[in-house]
Amino acid sequence: MTEVMAPMDGKILHVKAKVGERVQEDQTVAVMEAMKMEIQIVAPVAGTVVEIRVEPGQAVDPDTIVAVIQ
Amino acid sequence: MNEALWAGFEGLLLGVSHLTLGHLVMLVIGGLLLYLGIRHGFEPLLLVPIGFGAILVNIPLAGLMEKGGILRTFYDAGVLTEIFPLLIFVGIGAMTDFTPLLENPKILLLGAAGQFGIFSTLLLALALGFTRPESVSIGIIGACDGPTAIYVTSRFAPHLLGAVSVAAYSYMSLVPLIQPPIMKLLTTEREKNVVMAPVRKSVSGRTKILFPIVATVLTSIIAPLGTPLMGMIMLGNLLKESGVVARLKQASEQEIANVVTLLLGLSIGATMQAERFLKIETLLIMVLGLVAIALDTVMGLLFGKLMCLATRGKINPLIGAAGISAFPMAARVAQTEGQRYNKKNYLLMHAMGANTGGQIGSVMAAAIMLSVLRGLGIG
Repeated sequence: MTEVMAPMDGKILHVKAKVGERVQEDQTVAVMEAMKMEIQIVAPVAGTVVEIRVEPGQAVDPDTIVAVIQ
Repeated sequence: MNEALWAGFEGLLLGVSHLTLGHLVMLVIGGLLLYLGIRHGFEPLLLVPIGFGAILVNIPLAGLMEKGGILRTFYDAGVLTEIFPLLIFVGIGAMTDFTPLLENPKILLLGAAGQFGIFSTLLLALALGFTRPESVSIGIIGACDGPTAIYVTSRFAPHLLGAVSVAAYSYMSLVPLIQPPIMKLLTTEREKNVVMAPVRKSVSGRTKILFPIVATVLTSIIAPLGTPLMGMIMLGNLLKESGVVARLKQASEQEIANVVTLLLGLSIGATMQAERFLKIETLLIMVLGLVAIALDTVMGLLFGKLMCLATRGKINPLIGAAGISAFPMAARVAQTEGQRYNKKNYLLMHAMGANTGGQIGSVMAAAIMLSVLRGLGIG
């Protein structure tokens, strides 16, 4: 299991990946906004998304788990 | 009767008969600034009033910059007295979050390194025959910080205000085009791929309140002539961090900043009269301004490389490019470029630290220059 963490303080704009979806390494899992800039949160490894733990509009920080990949 | 009609008709044509080629060129330049601001979104808050000011002041016989003219009144009241750039600084302070810098204070060094281009450009301007006060005003374009450039130039070389301001704001908006090739050229593949650990917020509210007060006292003791600049930016930041004067904070970053931006832009545009602006030195200033910003980027990156080495690869040198002021544009460029080379690279907050360090650095650089000029008996 690999946790995809939010890289910085900000707000989730969109969640791109779906539970059960197979993602490649570096594929965008979610898009967040920080300092009025859109940041792509990417999968650190290839695998299957087993859990999405954020939703659009949610505030996040570096301790927030965005998704879990198996 | 006929003579009276003819005289009246001639009166209507006075404007046209006084129109020179210089006026026409400046009308086109004013239009170009408006085009860049409106169509391409290049610093529109400034380029739109500057462009329109430039058009207004190049209408023959309108006299907007003559004594008593509306633009001359704005200029005398706000630019000559340095009030406009200083009020803008209160707003910038109220908008700036110094947390990333406080989380990692050594990044301030990148903000200092990012100012060396200013001094190199100063020497270059001196070599090209500009006077000392003019050279300082040209070098400060490298700070990539409009209000600082305006403050220094209005003090030492007000006749260059139009050219220096247009160069400063144009290049600020072009930072996303100017910096990436330099960043690519000066860093190795390995350096570009350095992933930095996330910035965690551990700075206390008390530290954030104390920072603007301590920073003002310390920097002002070192360079007293920079106190107006540093004092105003830190006052704005104290309004933000104290949390007890929300109305003043809002007024500083919105109402006051908006009104002053409009009047400052118009006043700067008003200095672009054909006979003052259409000179070879304007062209030289544009070139030197570009050199200054490029050199600042180079110095920030080189220092970033040094810090990367000193920390055994914990700092990505790309954030060094954000050591120039241009806030928050330069930090965004570092994020974009960092993620271009490594998708897992999130440099934004680190670069914000360097960027806010650059803001302090540019004010300090200006303060040091003011002190040096005072030492030389100028100003």
